[in-house]
Amino acid sequence: MVRRGRTGPIRVLIAKPGLDGHDRGAKVVARALRDAGMEVIYAGLRQTPEEVVRAALEEDVDLIGLSILSGAHMALFPKILALLKAEKAGNIPVFAGGIIPDEDARRLKKAGIKAIFGPGTTLQEIVTTAQRLARGAA
Amino acid sequence: MTGSTRLPLLAKAIVDGDRRALARTISAVEDGDPSVASVVRALYPRTGRAPVIGLTGPLGVGKSSLLSVLIGGLRERGKTVGVVAVDPSSPFSGGSVLGDRIRLERKANDDGVFFRSMASRGESGGIAASTREVARLLDAAGFDVVFVETVGSGQVDVAIRGVASTSVLVLVPHLGDEVQTLKAGLFEIADVFCINKADLPGADLAAKDLSDLVTLGAARDGWAPPIVPTSTTTPSGIDELWTAIVAHERFLDQSGQRTERERARLRIEIAERVKDRVGREVAERLTQDPELRRLLDRVVARTLDPASAAEELFRTRYAAQ
Repeated sequence: MVRRGRTGPIRVLIAKPGLDGHDRGAKVVARALRDAGMEVIYAGLRQTPEEVVRAALEEDVDLIGLSILSGAHMALFPKILALLKAEKAGNIPVFAGGIIPDEDARRLKKAGIKAIFGPGTTLQEIVTTAQRLARGAA
Repeated sequence: MTGSTRLPLLAKAIVDGDRRALARTISAVEDGDPSVASVVRALYPRTGRAPVIGLTGPLGVGKSSLLSVLIGGLRERGKTVGVVAVDPSSPFSGGSVLGDRIRLERKANDDGVFFRSMASRGESGGIAASTREVARLLDAAGFDVVFVETVGSGQVDVAIRGVASTSVLVLVPHLGDEVQTLKAGLFEIADVFCINKADLPGADLAAKDLSDLVTLGAARDGWAPPIVPTSTTTPSGIDELWTAIVAHERFLDQSGQRTERERARLRIEIAERVKDRVGREVAERLTQDPELRRLLDRVVARTLDPASAAEELFRTRYAAQ
């Protein structure tokens, strides 16, 4: 199987699964990753887990970033991880941002979300983590 | 479909509908990874089958929305669709935000649509250097129709004509007076004009300006580009737009121009590839090869002019071979 050569820019999918309608945060993060030289596929609002996974595979991304504010993360994130695994794409790292209580964050990390960013995270921290995760992708 | 057993494994996977293999090969082609050259080569005989429809036009005219509605219509007719949508790369960071997917509406788990976003990666002209090759991969993968959406195009962004069999120029009302339609470049490459957001006032005037242009001689080689008003909010005019595209595809076949245009395109592509290769090689030799460095020295010292130096280099190194 051909793997992405490391010659091209990092490709990252930014998506908002579920029903919340506020995507300012996701857009700011998309912009920051763009300015860090990444190709950001912005999938936008109200994505089902199936749509997120399909976009990630078609776009052959190195990394997936999920933004969520609605509180549905405990239902949607594990579903996305399971779908990725079912597609033999469990090696694509997933990070998340939004309003996620600490206890949930712990459980989600255990379930396989690589990093979770809450309010107050600096953009630099997100960029650095995204670069590290993308480099580590198999 | 004979001979698929003799294809390289990855090429066979693509032909057999493995979307992941297709996605990864597209990435490798974008990155200029030489390891997929054999795959691309093996698939080339399977290209040239699907109509490649180019959607171009200034930013914000609704190309992505139009594409989404067109895809919906084609899926209802059972046609499969491959898409490559190009957005600009930053000249500063090299990064980009690829946002054409946002407009895409499709049924979950519909394998009949494959949508790929692509950054222009420093290429001007409205598409990326690898867009043509990626459109070919989608063709070889067996999609019935291939769409290429360009970056929001300016007046000189006409590269889509080197890729698409039918180029649709998408415009909106109030983009300028009829003098704009007289200018060279973008308006000359349209096989079909689409006036989107036709529910807005001014659509009639825009259509009239264009129809003057068409009757005055934008009609080339026996084809007068039709002008189709559309709206994606209502939606309206979408069937008419597709009918116009199909009519142009049929015209290409019946007039023999498909072969002629294809031949012209491929001639340019081969020449461009040679030019790139030779250009890189010459630039390298002008720094490495002592004899050529002396030639460069003479140009720097103003004892030889650049045109004569190029002529001498070409004559001694290339023309003779």
